[in-house]
Amino acid sequence: MSTLLEVSGVSVSFDGFKAINNLSFQIGKAELRAIIGPNGAGKTTFMDIVTGKTRPDEGRVIWGDKSVSLLKMNEAQIARAGVGRKFQRPTVFEDQSVFDNLLLALKKDRGPLAVLLYRRTAGDREKVEQLADEIGLADHLSRKSGELSHGQKQWLEIGMLLAQEPRLLLVDEPAAGMTLAEREHTTALLVEAAKTRAVVVVEHDMEFVRRLNCKVTVLHEGSVLAEGSLDHVTKNQDVIDVYLGR
Amino acid sequence: MQRSFLFRTPSTLIFLGALALFTIAVTLLSDAFGAGVISTSFVKTLGKTLCLCLIAVAMDLVWGYCGILSLGHFAFFGLGGYMIGMWLMYERTKDIVTASMAQADIPPTPQEVIDAIGTQIFGVVGSSEFPLVWAFADSLFLQLALVVLVPGVLALVFGWLAFRSRVTGVYLSILTQAMTLALALYLFQNDSGLRGNNGLSGLQNLPGAGDIPQSVMSIWFLWASALALGLGYLLAAWVVSGKLGSVIRGIRDDEARVRFLGYSVEGYKLFIFVLTAVIAGIAGALYYPQAGIVNPAEIAPIASIYLAVWVAIGGRGRLYGAVIGAGFVSLISTWFTGGQAPDLPLGFYTIKWVDWWQVVLGLSFVMVTLFAPKGIGGVFDLITGQRAPERHGADLGPDKGSLQEQEALK
Ligand SMILES: Nc1ncnc2c1ncn2[C@@H]1O[C@H](COP(=O)(O)OP(=O)(O)OP(=O)(O)O)[C@@H](O)[C@H]1O
Ligand SMILES: [Mg+2]
Repeated sequence: MSTLLEVSGVSVSFDGFKAINNLSFQIGKAELRAIIGPNGAGKTTFMDIVTGKTRPDEGRVIWGDKSVSLLKMNEAQIARAGVGRKFQRPTVFEDQSVFDNLLLALKKDRGPLAVLLYRRTAGDREKVEQLADEIGLADHLSRKSGELSHGQKQWLEIGMLLAQEPRLLLVDEPAAGMTLAEREHTTALLVEAAKTRAVVVVEHDMEFVRRLNCKVTVLHEGSVLAEGSLDHVTKNQDVIDVYLGR
Repeated sequence: MQRSFLFRTPSTLIFLGALALFTIAVTLLSDAFGAGVISTSFVKTLGKTLCLCLIAVAMDLVWGYCGILSLGHFAFFGLGGYMIGMWLMYERTKDIVTASMAQADIPPTPQEVIDAIGTQIFGVVGSSEFPLVWAFADSLFLQLALVVLVPGVLALVFGWLAFRSRVTGVYLSILTQAMTLALALYLFQNDSGLRGNNGLSGLQNLPGAGDIPQSVMSIWFLWASALALGLGYLLAAWVVSGKLGSVIRGIRDDEARVRFLGYSVEGYKLFIFVLTAVIAGIAGALYYPQAGIVNPAEIAPIASIYLAVWVAIGGRGRLYGAVIGAGFVSLISTWFTGGQAPDLPLGFYTIKWVDWWQVVLGLSFVMVTLFAPKGIGGVFDLITGQRAPERHGADLGPDKGSLQEQEALK
């Protein structure tokens, strides 16, 4: 399987503290991957680097068929290149309706002029409604998203992510604050999405990771501690010591 | 297809209707065309107020919708005034000079006429040469173009530098204040070419329109100002009603999130900043002929701060709120500071409004910010029964949008 994203030898430190230490990571074009690790392992920082929020001190981040470096691009360019991101804390535009949130994310020309002259077509409306259906928010389209429950906001953000039609989805703790039924639905959404694109999920909840049924990367102190199936990594003594054994 | 934006935002139609009624009513009550209840000077005050409402619409667009607290938009307003003022002053002086020279035995050469105009205009600053910036002063068309271009280009350069280095929040506000201050200080100099602290004067006299009395002229300007406000409002309402409005409100609430959706936040901010600077310039070009004089004091940093106060009191994030704020506050300010308001004797001390009005205004700004963040415009929400999203508990995170305790528990 050809690689979509290749991170190699990346390090970053904050005031002398090495949050990411010589990290290397690869993911294929249609692959689901879970990242686990203790608090402060550098999982969110890893996503910050890929999405351009944080500049690494050294290392390379290579993207796509043309092997372009993501380090030369800003956040918006990386997003347009096909990297979508869901934050740890749900961040939706609370003052705007669910419909407008999804419409904003819908894959379209992002230039100011095109956006100014944009007129919504019946097709766009249908797409938004279909997405809302997938994330279980079809009845809430006209509500302000600030009124939604925590779990619903998580879903809305996942919906916005899907609307972008990215080639790589980075999902930070999607199941936090969800009920069991909601978690199962979320798993299904992510597994489905990973059929046509790469999906990286950061999650603490082991049951959730098990249901994803995919390759797992364990991060610890900013580098990869173990990689493989969930059963494989959970038997690893290092992993038990730093993460599971606590 | 979407319905036309006018029908999605009924407030726009209501506003335009109210503006038309207001303009017609003032005309019918004016000295020139009707009952003569409203004096010419008050018609001018009302016309100027409409221009202030227009710049308030621009301020609301840039601050209330896009979240950029610019404290420099009066610089663009003043520049618009200067640009039209140059033509007005040049042509008017030319009329006077030609008339007086016509009595001479030998007809003057064109160079002599220009020299005489120069002496007339720049005598006060001890010069008679035309500085380079006056190169186009004899062309109405070019000066009108400059009304739009000068504020537009200044905003473009300033905005590009500031937004590109991701200066936001209070630092950006300070930077815009520095810009206004620098511009005002520059214009205060006698060799700035714009007559230093004298500014440009006599702007109420339109060249070639000496026969038209000021009472009629004031109505013409009232109509022009109302038209500009109506069009500016319509443009702003159109901009914010569509997807671009959604993007800029997103930038206001969570700029990083908008970036991760693939929108180049800097480009959008620059677009809004330049657009509003141009609107401010046009508002200024209509304001100063009614005021009669434009000088560097008009560009003082405090003017731009007042603008933010008007918009905050009126209710930012809604265009009619900005208009109400600017109209209401600037009119009662004129009343209080103009010495018309009766003094308030307290026995031990007499409150003279001329001195105390600023304090009252400052206090009301603080009160509105603390207790009625929606401003006067919030009253309309009570009428139409709209409410903000229901939030529960305290914020869990440091940011405004972060989830709240009881939501997380749900
Ligand atoms: N901008 C920053 N400045 C300073 N330190 C930072 C910054 N961002 C992250 N860190 C530090 O880097 C380390 C890694 O943080 P990161 O958020 O990536 O951990 P994480 O694996 O996502 O943890 P969690 O499971 O709690 O979400 C932490 O010790 C954190 O304090
Ligand atoms: Mg994290």
